[in-house]
Amino acid sequence: MAEASRSEAAQRRSVLSGLSLANRAGDIAIAEVPIVQRFVLRGDAAQLEDIFGVNLPTEPLRAAGTVEAAALKLGPDEWLLLTANSAPLASALQTRVRGTASALVDVSHRNIGLDLGGQRAADVLASACPLDFDLTAFPIGQCTRTIYGKAEVIVWRTAAQAFHLEVWRSFAPYVVALLGEAVAGLPPAHAHVPASRQN
Amino acid sequence: MTLFRTSAGGRIDRARPVTFSFDGRTLTGFAGDTLASALIANGVHLVGRSYKYHRPRGLMAAGVEEANGLIEVDRGGGRTTPNLRATQVELFDGLVARSQNRWPSLAMDFGAVNDLLSPLFSAGFYYKTFMGPRFIGSNKAWTKLYEPIIRRAAGLGKSPSAPDPDHYASTFAHCDVLIAGAGPAGLAAALSASESGLRVIIADEQAEFGGWLLTDTATEIDGQSASAWISDAVATLAARPKVRMLPRTQAFGYFAQNFFGLAERCTDHLAEPDQASPRERLWQVRAKQVVLATGAIERPLVFPGNDRPGIMLADAARTYAARYGALPGKRAVLLTATDTGYDAARMLQAAGVEIAAVADVRPDQPRVESDGFRRVDGRTIATTAGRLRVASITFGTETIPCDLILMSGGWTPSVHLFSQSRGKLAWSDAVNAYIPGKSAQAEHSAGACRGVFGLTETINDGFAAGAAAAAACGKPTPARSIKTSDTQKSYRGILGACGMPAKHARAFVDFQHDVTTKDLKLATQEGFRSIEHVKRYTTTGMATDQGKTSNLNALAIVAGHVSKSIPEVGLTTFRQPYTPVTFGTLAGHNRGDLFDPVRRTPIDGWAQQRGAVFEDVGLWKRARYFPRAGEDMQAAVNRECKTVRSAAGVFDASTLGKIEVTGPDAAEFLERMYVNNWKNLAVGRCRYGILLNEQGFIIDDGVIGRMAPDVFHVTTTTGGAARVLHMMEDYLQTEWPELKCWLTSTSEQWAVIAVQGPKARDIIAPLVSGIDLSAVAFPHMAVREGKVCGVDTRLFRVSFTGEAGFEINVPADYGRDVWEAVWREAEKHGACAYGTETMHVLRAEKGFIIVGQETDGTMTPEDVGLTWAVGKAKRDFVGKRSLIRPDMVVPGRKQLVGLLTKDRNVVLEEGAQITSDASPGPGTSALGHVTSAYWSESLGRSIALAVVAGGRQRQGETLHVPMPSGGIAVEVVSPVFIDAKGERLNG
Repeated sequence: MAEASRSEAAQRRSVLSGLSLANRAGDIAIAEVPIVQRFVLRGDAAQLEDIFGVNLPTEPLRAAGTVEAAALKLGPDEWLLLTANSAPLASALQTRVRGTASALVDVSHRNIGLDLGGQRAADVLASACPLDFDLTAFPIGQCTRTIYGKAEVIVWRTAAQAFHLEVWRSFAPYVVALLGEAVAGLPPAHAHVPASRQN
Repeated sequence: MTLFRTSAGGRIDRARPVTFSFDGRTLTGFAGDTLASALIANGVHLVGRSYKYHRPRGLMAAGVEEANGLIEVDRGGGRTTPNLRATQVELFDGLVARSQNRWPSLAMDFGAVNDLLSPLFSAGFYYKTFMGPRFIGSNKAWTKLYEPIIRRAAGLGKSPSAPDPDHYASTFAHCDVLIAGAGPAGLAAALSASESGLRVIIADEQAEFGGWLLTDTATEIDGQSASAWISDAVATLAARPKVRMLPRTQAFGYFAQNFFGLAERCTDHLAEPDQASPRERLWQVRAKQVVLATGAIERPLVFPGNDRPGIMLADAARTYAARYGALPGKRAVLLTATDTGYDAARMLQAAGVEIAAVADVRPDQPRVESDGFRRVDGRTIATTAGRLRVASITFGTETIPCDLILMSGGWTPSVHLFSQSRGKLAWSDAVNAYIPGKSAQAEHSAGACRGVFGLTETINDGFAAGAAAAAACGKPTPARSIKTSDTQKSYRGILGACGMPAKHARAFVDFQHDVTTKDLKLATQEGFRSIEHVKRYTTTGMATDQGKTSNLNALAIVAGHVSKSIPEVGLTTFRQPYTPVTFGTLAGHNRGDLFDPVRRTPIDGWAQQRGAVFEDVGLWKRARYFPRAGEDMQAAVNRECKTVRSAAGVFDASTLGKIEVTGPDAAEFLERMYVNNWKNLAVGRCRYGILLNEQGFIIDDGVIGRMAPDVFHVTTTTGGAARVLHMMEDYLQTEWPELKCWLTSTSEQWAVIAVQGPKARDIIAPLVSGIDLSAVAFPHMAVREGKVCGVDTRLFRVSFTGEAGFEINVPADYGRDVWEAVWREAEKHGACAYGTETMHVLRAEKGFIIVGQETDGTMTPEDVGLTWAVGKAKRDFVGKRSLIRPDMVVPGRKQLVGLLTKDRNVVLEEGAQITSDASPGPGTSALGHVTSAYWSESLGRSIALAVVAGGRQRQGETLHVPMPSGGIAVEVVSPVFIDAKGERLNG
């Protein structure tokens, strides 16, 4: 009896299941990113440069890698490590970190990952985030902690028209709904010419 | 064809007739009309009743400055918008508009009795009502007499009562150059600024770009017509990919660091808008450089009887005729202080309006021209006549019949946005107005808004401003200029009253708030000197138009009365918004479900399915209790409390704040933050931590477990999670940067399932592996790592109920499954799920405090009986020094105690005061107050926690809780009501 209970291993349930992600044919696509493991790495990167299979970026607010293994530098001594790889990494990473002037915290379940892509992706972000998402101001590879509406999010530009968002799990329904509002309320793509009539 | 429509010309689309209704009358106009121009084409001037006196009022202007033509538009389904300027409402088929502030009808308004009673409504009457009449008593007079009357009679439109069904969008935007206004100066600035590929946004409140140039049918620009020049400019801008043009968009606010608020009207001009698209959009724009091209507004003249329908600004009349093909009258008299007034008269004459007479009111320079107009002496303007429409004007003894009076008092630069930007205004005698002086931000004013008039000068000024903005962005552009056929004119005008002194006829200064020259005079006679005081006393310039047409005249009149120059009198402040902005636009997405994020735990869905009643705790929804069929809250809580103490209960504690404190100096850091000792805490053990602020007062608490020598699992209160993390980061970064210690929020990493009660161990045992759960191996206040339901857990042996209990921490995505597994086991043991209300009762029975309930920001550990937790030997911790301040150790401070009512069935009210006297007299100070009060089903009586002065010495004393129904006698007792020895806890 007891053994039967114990053998029923708990399954992961995404906070996004059951939520509809806004999409608009042609110019906006929002999807969940299958990030399985996340770690916050703090401290001295010099000793841990290769810890995650990507070189830890040293320039502030820069990301390296892909969703298979990515490192986002979010603070002077802070990296967010993301991977879609499901083989458990926590204890191996902890072993590497132990004894260095660094610390690693498993936050795999704290966030959810969203991919926001399409021609109007930057405009969808601009709807509720005060940052400038022009490519010159926020180039590919840039990442930052910021806000979307009233929720804290991490925005990482993975391509000219693609952004990876990391959102705390309880804020995810809010952010998903707000993204939907943004899509519905987007201004026209480009200069629309004011009606003008000739005398 | 309506009576007052020209046969040709204008920018209306005569092929597209449009039907609309005004006050129930069905009328027709054309696409391209505004409501105002269509009304004028139908011969309708009377559009409203004035604010105070309910005087009939007509359209005075053709643009944003309209003071009289405030109307309500009803788009059905609760979509009513009051106080819209008819001059800005675009006509569409089926438009329903109504006048305001009249009853029963516009032509027959009972409120007009106020006009006869006008001596009662003089300047400051509103303030005087606060004082008056003594025989009623001042306060009564206000609440019973004046307020109801004023509320009914005064005011403009009615705010809608139904919820707004529309959808509002918002967006942030960034640009190199933002241009406010798309008249000739704005268009020129945009052409220059965008030439080298900069990001440019140009916004204009009108549907069409071009500004007042749309009215000009005569002047040529570099050999082409004005309208062709506008079309070329718009086409050029549209072809530049980094230019965004925003028509129907009012730049309403200029904030710090070139931050702008723009309100875009998206669908109000459409007959059948797509219900899914937003009605309006708020743009919050950050610009590197700003060009203000906001133009100028023509001033009315202040003369006796100047407010009748049919008396309008000269340039407005010209605009109606030239741009909309709508003639504002048949026989007009021009009163002018400018040369542009003559232009308007000539244009109207050409369109078929008879100009009966012209009076130049300038004292010094009446312009003499061979224009054939009949002249009369402007100094002799005595009064006007006509009830619902002007019928004549009297000069001296001569009365001239007319149905239109044109006023041209001069041009006032629109410096509102410049002033909002904190730029310094400077008085210009040449312009006869305030113009932008020193800029406070990266801003350039161009054209009429800085007193540069004349088409050639305006456009070239726009080019220069655009080029300067581009150069400041590091992209210089070649200098450009144009030539036009425009001629030199005087725009200066006069300020203040003109004509004969106002005796019986009133001369209105502020049309929207019904302020007359007499009101201003009275205010100065009553001793008001500062223009800011005069403004508030008379309410001049305080209406929805913020005195766009009245401020300078009012200033000049006040300056005359106090014998000062205008610059000496000063200027009132211009405030955002430039024109009213709907609440919908400002609220944007922040309404309904999206007003604030709603945070739910991984277990929330289960609680919903079980019919839990939720309560808000910060942004979180927490299950408060789980009622069964027929149970009210008290019954559910009673059952849940008894079940926890007799069997067990399962509780979702996932919202607890959690912070992972890591690094070699983690223990040192906690030692400095919390009052407790941490260095001596063994790995695998927990301790109840208390956090103080620098003043020595408790601000948070929570259990902290040591997971490894350099890893602590810190918990905080639900509401304190973010605050505590910020405070810790603050100290770490600013006070102790040398500590090798890092903070990571893990509040959302872990779902937390509390299992409490005598059966708790039996419930979790079948699910847990890798942890010895026996009381010896796993004592109270310990933490272990292992597996539960096959996933990693941090299992805490802690209690907030006084029962033996566990808190299962599992990664959040597993929370729901683990909870359900726990629940299946719990049911076998007769346990229940319980909510926050039961949690509150259980902890109160045990005397555990809740920060924010037993503490109020003034309680020390000693006050709440937690001195045992303070590490006395510690060198320092946050708040330590404050704990020995004299008033912190003085006897008689409020201390936490328990209260038992003499009548066991009476539950006290939380917050109730406590006194030594059963019925204290007025002025008696309370000894303290009740902080928590519950019915305790386990004890079969009410219990309460309280803070009472010198409370611990009062145990056994009888005190009283005075209530409206009489004092309630209570006995002061220990705050621990059950299991004082902790035998259950350690079981």
